[in-house]
Amino acid sequence: MGAEFVTLSLTPILIGCFAAMACALPGNFLLLRRQSLIGDAISHVVLPGIVVAFLVTGTIAALPMMAGAAGAALVSVLLIEAIRRFGKVESGAAMGVVFTAMFAGGVLLLEQTDTSGVHIDVEHALYGNLESLIWLDATGWGSLLDPLALAGLPPEALRMAATFAVVAVLTWLFWRPLKLATFDEGFARALGLPTDLIGLGIVVMAALAAVAAFDAVGSIIVIAMFICPPAAARLMTNRLEAQIGWSMLFALLSAILGYVLAGYGPLWLGATASVSAAGMIATVSGVILGLAALFAPHRRA
Amino acid sequence: MLLDALTLQLGYNATLVAIGATMLGVAAGAVGAFLYLRKRALVSDAVSHATLPGLALAFLVLVALGGDGRLLPVLMLGSALSSWVGLWLVSWMGRATRLSEDAAIGAVLSVFFGFGIVLLTVIQTLSAGRQAGLEGFLLGSTAGMLRGDALLIAAGGALVLAATFVLRRPLLMIAFDEGHAEVQGLNVRALDLMLMTLVMAVTVVGLKIVGLILIVALLIIPPVAARFWTEDATTVALLSGLFGGLSGYAGAALSATAPDLPTGPIIVLMAFALFAASLFFAPSRGILAAALRHRRLQHRVHLRQGLLALAHGQPVYERLTQRMLRDHGLVRADGVATEAGRRAAAAALRDEARWQELRRADTLSELAPRDDGLTRIEEVLTRDQLAELDARLTPREAL
Repeated sequence: MGAEFVTLSLTPILIGCFAAMACALPGNFLLLRRQSLIGDAISHVVLPGIVVAFLVTGTIAALPMMAGAAGAALVSVLLIEAIRRFGKVESGAAMGVVFTAMFAGGVLLLEQTDTSGVHIDVEHALYGNLESLIWLDATGWGSLLDPLALAGLPPEALRMAATFAVVAVLTWLFWRPLKLATFDEGFARALGLPTDLIGLGIVVMAALAAVAAFDAVGSIIVIAMFICPPAAARLMTNRLEAQIGWSMLFALLSAILGYVLAGYGPLWLGATASVSAAGMIATVSGVILGLAALFAPHRRA
Repeated sequence: MLLDALTLQLGYNATLVAIGATMLGVAAGAVGAFLYLRKRALVSDAVSHATLPGLALAFLVLVALGGDGRLLPVLMLGSALSSWVGLWLVSWMGRATRLSEDAAIGAVLSVFFGFGIVLLTVIQTLSAGRQAGLEGFLLGSTAGMLRGDALLIAAGGALVLAATFVLRRPLLMIAFDEGHAEVQGLNVRALDLMLMTLVMAVTVVGLKIVGLILIVALLIIPPVAARFWTEDATTVALLSGLFGGLSGYAGAALSATAPDLPTGPIIVLMAFALFAASLFFAPSRGILAAALRHRRLQHRVHLRQGLLALAHGQPVYERLTQRMLRDHGLVRADGVATEAGRRAAAAALRDEARWQELRRADTLSELAPRDDGLTRIEEVLTRDQLAELDARLTPREAL
């Protein structure tokens, strides 16, 4: 665990951890409200968002990309709601119509656009580039205290940490209404809580986490982290506080184990190249969920 | 150019793709209809993403045996096996844990897809320097499709369609009334399994043309679009198959006209265009029809209220009401009632009075809920009943 680790692996692991936790936190509420697949839908529509943002601004800077992705997420949520209401279409099907069509539109736009000079493609949106987020300025563990080296941290690291902080603070601030509206919407409404607004707030929080995370880690991790850690945590306990704690732990475990297995696992097996970290993190989260489904104390109702 | 494409004049490969895509679209639309009616449209998303590990493993096995990794039948077999595992896991999680189905779907799709991506990177390192292998299956790729592949896709689509046709009645029964179907002696679980097998078959058949990320669109969008046009389930399935086939055909043809029009996304966008058209223009369930209905109702309400106001000699201030009365020639521009207006107002007042009296008449009062303020009482009562009502009414009015 020397200088090389700090340069090559520390930042991707940290970014993976923050991304995983930022997605798993709102994922808990989505899970309990049976809206888990919204994360799936949001992460599909991110693609047309970033392509449009690129077409408009001509750059792949983080801010316009994220604005585009957020805009697309908002459009998709509104479209799903409109189709559900005006067309009287069941919500799962409405979701399926919107996110597949928007994703198809994104792919088409991408093919029509000359993106040869920039790094923007479908694969990037799907599995991100976690491995490439290295910290070139680091020379060893000491760099963590060196302001000059810290300035050279990949910007994704700070962005993901900030996103997690925002999501965590929001959850902490609105803890009671969130909990009430999630478990007993009728009671919450009777207390005068704006339950529709809370529901929208949860979706917006999820979209925020998804949009911030996809750029660094790709859609796969986003979808997996929305669902797997909270689902596994749900099988561990009946208390929401404990469930959130477990989900954070599982998210961390998936991110760290996944990255290490992807980066070093193949080398241990004698191969020369590593495999996709994003894919491996999702796989590890699935294994954790599988174990929870087999052995967790509260796996049945 | 487009005309050439639509009449299959764009060469051998384009024709092959169009035939395969049409057959695929019809099969996907028909199967999707039953899936949609069963309200499990999104299960297909898990099924399709779960094909990736099997696809990659099949490729690895083929390469290990020294063959060409892109032998379509073997790849289809591998993807079918792994989506089976995914499907089984979704239903196992539903039975063995307290997680809801949507969580199980999301977990299976993301984990299987993630694991598939891991295997894809393994393949990339193996075949470094050689022609890339499987990325085309993510979003479909029809460039250089072989004759055998196209025939396999068309035949697979036809087979799925035939199986759906055979199973149509039991599938409809479990979609509408699971309990009733069970009492009738149908094995609901086995039928669900068969429906899912058909979904899986469509996915596997569609991998090459549409790709595994977008194939769900062909299962979901056509039935949702078809549902706007009819209330009859069989017609939904037929229309859905038609919409799917149309999307596949037009999409494949259109994408053949230019190099940067990828087939899969174009097919999906065609289906979405059909959906959007249905959403707006379908009779009775469409948005336009609903808006027209709403407008008509609004006009009738305003007209009726306006007439009652005239009958009571009250002035009408509401703009829309004023306009409605004028447009129907019931009042003059200065707001004074015309001859026709006075007659219509009197009729409205009499109608109102009759409804009032109906509530008091013990033989007729059960019809009172039919009074929505718009229905004329003549439409509800027979002439005899009306006469009886008027007989009760006259002495009271005389007072």
